[in-house]
Amino acid sequence: MRKYLFRRLLLVIPSVFGISIVLFTVLALAPGDPFEELATNPNVPPEVRANLRASFGLDDPVAVRYARWLTSMLRGDWGFSFVSRVDVDHLILQRLPTTLFVIGSSQLLALMVALPVGVYAATRPYSFFDQVVNTLAFAGFCLPTFFTGLLLILLFSIYLDWLPFIYRTDISASGWRWYWEHVRQAIMPIAVLGLFQGASWTRYVRSAVLDVIRLDYVTTARAKGLAERVTIVKHVVRNALIPVVTLVALQVPAVFGGAIVTEQIFRVPGIGSLLISSILANDTPVIMAVTFVLSCLVILFNLVADLLYGWLDPRVSYR
Amino acid sequence: MEEQELRSLIARVKSGQLSRRYFTRMMVGLGLTAPLAAQMLASAGVAQAQSGKLVYKPTKRGGGGALRTLWWQGSTLLNPYFAVGTKDQDGSRIFYEPLAAWDPDGNLVPVLAETVPTSENGGLSRDGKTVVWKLKKGVQWHDGKPFTADDVIFNWEYAADPATAAYSIATYKDITVEKIDSHSVKIAFSKPTPFWADAFVGVRGMIIPKHLFESFKGGKSREAPTNLKPVGTGPYKFVDFKPGDVVKAELNPSYHMANRPYFDTIEMKGGGDAVSAARAVIQTGEYDYAWNMQVEDDILKRLEQGGRGKADIVLGGNIEHIQCNFTDPWKEVDGERSSLKTKHPFLTDPAVRQALGLLVDRASVQEQIYGRTAIATANFLNAPARFQSKATKWEFNIDKANQILDAAGWKRGGDGIRAKDGVKLKMVYQTSINAPRQKNQQIVKQAAAKAGIDMELKSVTASVYFSSDAANPDTYTHFYTDIQMYTTTMTQPDPELFMIQFASWEAASKDNKWQGRNITRWQSDEYDKLYRAGETELDPVKRAAVYVRMNEMVVQNGVVIPVVWRPRVAAISNRLRAEQSGWDSDFWNLPNWYREG
Repeated sequence: MRKYLFRRLLLVIPSVFGISIVLFTVLALAPGDPFEELATNPNVPPEVRANLRASFGLDDPVAVRYARWLTSMLRGDWGFSFVSRVDVDHLILQRLPTTLFVIGSSQLLALMVALPVGVYAATRPYSFFDQVVNTLAFAGFCLPTFFTGLLLILLFSIYLDWLPFIYRTDISASGWRWYWEHVRQAIMPIAVLGLFQGASWTRYVRSAVLDVIRLDYVTTARAKGLAERVTIVKHVVRNALIPVVTLVALQVPAVFGGAIVTEQIFRVPGIGSLLISSILANDTPVIMAVTFVLSCLVILFNLVADLLYGWLDPRVSYR
Repeated sequence: MEEQELRSLIARVKSGQLSRRYFTRMMVGLGLTAPLAAQMLASAGVAQAQSGKLVYKPTKRGGGGALRTLWWQGSTLLNPYFAVGTKDQDGSRIFYEPLAAWDPDGNLVPVLAETVPTSENGGLSRDGKTVVWKLKKGVQWHDGKPFTADDVIFNWEYAADPATAAYSIATYKDITVEKIDSHSVKIAFSKPTPFWADAFVGVRGMIIPKHLFESFKGGKSREAPTNLKPVGTGPYKFVDFKPGDVVKAELNPSYHMANRPYFDTIEMKGGGDAVSAARAVIQTGEYDYAWNMQVEDDILKRLEQGGRGKADIVLGGNIEHIQCNFTDPWKEVDGERSSLKTKHPFLTDPAVRQALGLLVDRASVQEQIYGRTAIATANFLNAPARFQSKATKWEFNIDKANQILDAAGWKRGGDGIRAKDGVKLKMVYQTSINAPRQKNQQIVKQAAAKAGIDMELKSVTASVYFSSDAANPDTYTHFYTDIQMYTTTMTQPDPELFMIQFASWEAASKDNKWQGRNITRWQSDEYDKLYRAGETELDPVKRAAVYVRMNEMVVQNGVVIPVVWRPRVAAISNRLRAEQSGWDSDFWNLPNWYREG
């Protein structure tokens, strides 16, 4: 086990290195200029733009820039944004709490919907409940979040006027009102993301449980006289969870990455909106940092998923 | 110091804006004595006259609650010298102020200056080489330190230092600024300068405090902590800033204008898109003001039926126009196309350019694409009114275009496309990807086809098209097509810098890495001479005449075909009283904003 972990961690190094090279090269070769706004304004002499490019090292060859990025990264210096001239790690940390709150809650909501509903539907396949769940699940993951988001805004903000559709991090109220305001403004984005995710997870959970529930050992457990609840929770769900764990673990990096579209619609100042605005502004250090962190998280959670298998299924051995 | 100035100073002491001690210290600084200062305070003060069209009604400071504004691109930095985009300039303007601001009519309104320099008040020298600014007395930075001439001088040194990398360096690098006394400064130009109101004025003139930026001049400019926590003289004090998300500020209790500001807090929220921003202001009333409504007029009109807000449209100098290439974009000479050594095969024929001008259906473009958010125009130099040419006019007339082309010897071939001496009237028409622009291209293409001109439409992603990438042939400065269309922004009421884009020496080429501002590569000795004359002409009437003539040359020669004039559009709550200016930041008049009813 320990040896396995060590070997996997060792493998992480070349992958992370490779990813950083690919990301950096792609970003360096992509067209665009962080100082585009200076270009169409005839009041700004072109030298200003040239100076800025030179002082930010944008005119150096890609290899030189990569080496510079890598060495400062190894020293823990993430660089600074060309656009806001703020350190990148600072920008990301500023966005992290909101992202974790909104995306994290939506993933929790998704799990809370998918697990019970999926399991219950699987124990009664093709019943009326199962049919309804299937229909709703299909509808849920067929409708893109930008569409459901707009629908919810139309309904709850514009016709009913119940919920605000602009997410604010700076709510001035205090005490319980502060919490209430936060919940109120977060309901729609969390619901949009959570139900979308929940819909597809419900399908997975249902099919995973269906696969297991027909196996002989479940019949044995039932024959032994175990209560249905115990059979399902202790024997069926535990085994059925393995593929679901992979899915959920691979989804965790997305919690950090935010949800670009939904964040844009509700103006949630999360990492997704930071990423998209940096891409639009050609702010390469920020794009680089966000995507790099995301890739590292994907690698990390792959490893976590692999380790979780062993815990859930003792037959899996690490070599 | 005049009696008037003294009296207004006393009034501010009376209203509690200015401390007694500070007033006395200042009088001593001016050579008076403390007892005399006390005597003056004993007498009554004089209220200051207001300027601007917006009449400020509240009679006391504060009490207005929260002002919520939406910028669909959030501010990313709050140092006005790095504020390239309007979103950053607007965010900075909450905290920092210039000596004077531009009102909607292009007039100067004093902010941190006591008065606007004129030749009558001795502020402007006869030779046009110096300007004396008298600073308002009793202005305090948010941290309580007094604002003085030293701050103004420091701003010049800061911006003029190339290592600082200020975007407005061009405004400051060729001037010198001297201190006359604690509250007046003299700007000296190396040559007579009719447009003197650039440094320390408007968007490029926001003044930052010396005591906080002094040690962060030049190469260290990025490290200043105040870059993220501004300390200015403005009506609102810094509370919080999250780049790209939100700027928050609260009432400045020691603001230098009496009874202002009205709102207790101001929030500038960023992100999202223009349509939902319009919705939040006009339809649901969740917000009070939203910037830059790049929204189709139909949608704005529909939202306005809700009745909580409206679109506020103000004229500025942005012009959507078509440029004609005077060089050959299809022939490569010395490693570049559109080289100055070549001549365009048919766009150099005035008849073709004239016909093109007649084929742009501006009325349809305005009605079908932009609605209230554009105005058909024939002028390239559009505002302020005194610079607008009365001689140019536009016309949409396919028959006339056909006649002109026939008369010039362009005969229709078997395929319906005109040709002369083996040169066919086939052209590539490029612009950036943007729905209204693509519709506009279609309108022009259809009309051109009826006149025997074949147009191939090309659209380039905005991030490529407007980039400065010297290696990419699709940027607008390379101009490797026959004609192209985009909007240029004119942000100041003086046309000098704007009109440089037709000066011969500015032609974009490989030698200057396509950084030259003359993109059409049109060259005219007469125009160059006029431009040089305009640079030094001090008589405002004569100078205006020069620019009007230059505009006519450009338009009548068909160097550019102006299409529509694009005003600035904001969404504003029906209860909010605010005034936009096309020549300055959206927040130019923020101290006077208030809410009614």
